[in-house]
Amino acid sequence: MKFGVVIFPGSNCDYDAYQIIKTIMKEEVGFLWHQDKDLNGCDCVILPGGFSYGDYLRTGAIARFAPIMQGIFNFAEKGGLVIGICNGFQILLEAGLLPGAMLRNSSLRFVCKWVHIKVEQENTPFTNNCQRSQVLKIPVAHTDGNYFISEEGLKKLKENNQIVFHYCSPQGKIDPAYNPNGALENIAGICNLKRNVLGMMPHPERAGEKILGSEDGRYVFNSIITFVKRKAN
Amino acid sequence: MSKEKKSYQATVYVRLKEGVLDPQGTTIKRALGDMGYNGVEEIRSGKFFEVSFLSANRKEALKLVNQISDKLLANPVIEDFKVEI
Repeated sequence: MKFGVVIFPGSNCDYDAYQIIKTIMKEEVGFLWHQDKDLNGCDCVILPGGFSYGDYLRTGAIARFAPIMQGIFNFAEKGGLVIGICNGFQILLEAGLLPGAMLRNSSLRFVCKWVHIKVEQENTPFTNNCQRSQVLKIPVAHTDGNYFISEEGLKKLKENNQIVFHYCSPQGKIDPAYNPNGALENIAGICNLKRNVLGMMPHPERAGEKILGSEDGRYVFNSIITFVKRKAN
Repeated sequence: MSKEKKSYQATVYVRLKEGVLDPQGTTIKRALGDMGYNGVEEIRSGKFFEVSFLSANRKEALKLVNQISDKLLANPVIEDFKVEI
C-alpha cells in the first residue's frame, strides 16, 4: 500500500511521518506538495504536524485552502483514508472534514510531553489493531489542542461513536488531571461519520521505536495497513 | 461613470461566541487582578481586520466582506463577526 504525506509551508513532522512508514512499517510512502492537486494514487493521506502558514489567523485556517485540499476532499468523499495529526487535525477541522474547532490550550502554553490515550473505538481503519479501552502512550506537542464543539455537536459525536481517543491516566482513567490542554471531555481524537477521516492531537509518528520512549504509535499505522490490505484482497 | 468601481474600507470584528471559553481573556483578567484592578468582572479577547478593496457599490461591498469573513476571517464554529463599512 502507499501513503502520501502532505507538505505545507511550515509542516515540520512530515519527515517523521515519512520515516516511520518507510523504515519501521516498511511500506511505500511519498510526499505530496501543497500546490499539487493529484494524490498520486495514495491509499492513505497523512496531514502532518507543524505550523502550516505560520499558524497565521487560526491554526489550519490557511492550509485548508491549499490546492491539494481539493484532491483530499474528493478522496475523502470516495472513502479514502485521511489522518490528520496535530496541525493536520486542526486543518481537518477548519476544512469541515471533521466537526468542531480548536481553542488555545487552557494553560496558554505550548505543551510538549508524553500522554496516555484510551482507545474508545477499535472498529475504525485507524484502530482495528487495538483492543477497546487499550491505553496508548504517545506524545503531544501543541499550543492549540483545546478541542471545542457545541453541546449539540458533542451529542452527535457520542451517538455516532466518533470519539476515538480520550486523554487518560496510564491505567486508563479519564479525568481532568490527565487533560493536557483543556479539551472538552478529554477528547484527543475523533473520526467522521463514515470513519475514514481521523484527527488526533498526539503524534503516533513520534512513538515508533523503543529508543524514543514508546512503540505505541505503530498501532495506528498497522491498523491502517491492515485495513487497506484487507480491502484489497 | 456608474460602472466605475469605488474604493471601500471595511472593518471586521471577530470574537469568540458567547459560551466559548476564552483562555486569553481569563489570563488577562487574572493579570489585571495581580496589578490591583480587582473590579474587572470579565475580559473577552478578539481581533479586527481592516479590509480595503474596490467594489461597484456599497451593497456589493458589504456582500463581499461578509463572504470573506464567513469563509476565512472567522471560524463560525467558535467565532462571531461584525462588519462595519
